[in-house]
Amino acid sequence: MSLPAWSHDQDPPPLVTPAPAPAAVLALPVRRPGLAAVAARARGVAGVVLPPVIALAAVLAVWQVLSSDGTGLPAPTTIWQDSRDLILDPFFDRGGVDKGLFWHALTSLQRVAIGFSFSAVVGVALGVLVGSSRFAHRALDPIFQVLRTVPPLAWLPISLAALHEANPSALFVIFITAIWPIIINTAVGVRNIPQDYVNVGRVLRLSPPEYFVTILLPAATPYIFTGLRIGVGMSWLAIVASEMLLGGVGVGFFIWDQYNSSRISDIVVALVWVGLVGFALDRLVALVGRIVSRGAAAE
Amino acid sequence: MPSRAYLSIENLGVTFSPGAKASEVLRGVDLAVGRGEFISIIGHSGCGKSTLLNVVAGLLPVSMGAVILDNQAVEAPGPDRAVVFQNHSLLPWLSVYENVRLAVDKVFGRSRSRADRHDWTLENLALVQMTHAKDKKPAEISGGMKQRVGLARALAMEPKVLLLDEPFGALDALTRANLQDSVMEIHGKLKNTVMMITHDVDEAVLLSDRIVMMTNGPAASVGDIVTVDLPRPRRRIEVDATEAYVSARHSVIEFLYARHASFRPAA
Repeated sequence: MSLPAWSHDQDPPPLVTPAPAPAAVLALPVRRPGLAAVAARARGVAGVVLPPVIALAAVLAVWQVLSSDGTGLPAPTTIWQDSRDLILDPFFDRGGVDKGLFWHALTSLQRVAIGFSFSAVVGVALGVLVGSSRFAHRALDPIFQVLRTVPPLAWLPISLAALHEANPSALFVIFITAIWPIIINTAVGVRNIPQDYVNVGRVLRLSPPEYFVTILLPAATPYIFTGLRIGVGMSWLAIVASEMLLGGVGVGFFIWDQYNSSRISDIVVALVWVGLVGFALDRLVALVGRIVSRGAAAE
Repeated sequence: MPSRAYLSIENLGVTFSPGAKASEVLRGVDLAVGRGEFISIIGHSGCGKSTLLNVVAGLLPVSMGAVILDNQAVEAPGPDRAVVFQNHSLLPWLSVYENVRLAVDKVFGRSRSRADRHDWTLENLALVQMTHAKDKKPAEISGGMKQRVGLARALAMEPKVLLLDEPFGALDALTRANLQDSVMEIHGKLKNTVMMITHDVDEAVLLSDRIVMMTNGPAASVGDIVTVDLPRPRRRIEVDATEAYVSARHSVIEFLYARHASFRPAA
């Protein structure tokens, strides 16, 4: 027999059960059963969708009021008038760098894809090394801890000097920015493999490659994906910043180019794109992580 | 007279030395276990009984003396000394079937065909009555079921000695009784040599041929050994009032609470 639970913010249940009130017989209106369910569902959706919509509207309204004097930042309505083409048609291509934002974002994303893939592979490998070898940890960790605090753009001059060209330099900046959280999180994941799993591997006499595939990698996967998720966010930060300096096609360059032509409205539109793409990247990596590490975290 | 017992622990000493401070956990442990025998090791917390099991498993190094199984010194872990860990330690990313299959593939990968290994995996799951959950993940089954699967994984390796490290400690009383019956039944069928760590006196008496009682640590050793003189198969309802059961139980309790009562040093 279990007691009814109540929390402190509720009144305690009455000690004396009140006599039940005489039941009144009511003729309930006949309702189609589907309708109530649809209404409940709609309320649920509205509860999720409405708050951010209201908040966005409020931000836009305040912005509109504050920037209505015409100086400084353009108001939302001004942006709509100035940059309507840019907002409505992200796919135009008039040659050169005069392209829709979709193409700029795509170019930036390609760079992120290449640079981030390298840092994922190298980062996980180094992380496994540092996580499983005490010597490697002692030797390399201080270097990692210092280098990871170097801001992404500080790498740019060095990589330009070493690689001579803009595109590989941009890729290197992404690589070097994204790799630290991947290394560090992978190493933590490998170090945190429960002793029981290690013992299972020892009793079964798994060879190092077998141990790596059957125990180490799956056990560290949730940590690895935490690192990848932070890394992809940072590489998106890095690409936008480094493109500003490197020129060519890309969201970062687009923002810089519009700044030089004093088209502030276009910059605001580009910023929204940058934010949305970064958000999508983050969610994508999180989703892949959930699929790959299915079950691993459920203990 | 046989020269050496099937599993022979001889003058075993284990000392941990993390940094400069050394702590002696076991000293001069002698124990001979016959083939097919079911041995329980009981003692107060911290007496080193888990250490003893881990040394036999090869998971911890021997500092002095030796553990000899079937005339071979134990130096490293191996599937001939399968362990059922206290917290099941199934790999959560593998299904129940895959957890057992991993062990089967590793131990019999060369000697048996793929089909045989599949059958052997299922046979062991059937032995612990877990066939119905073979495709579930460990997170989807209860604690008792996880221990059953852990037992199936250990049995599937056909170990020379089965090591049980407080296998039922985390389970409720009814589930525990159920599993104890299963272990007795399996032991009756397969005649494994079993070494079980426990802190439950009734469990020790019901399951074991002999109960090894450890003195308190540090530097613990075998204090006394009680032989449980009960015929097998045993059924818990029938045996628990017999004189042999009561006297074995009394000997263990007398040892644990009168002769070697646990003491807690201040601070």
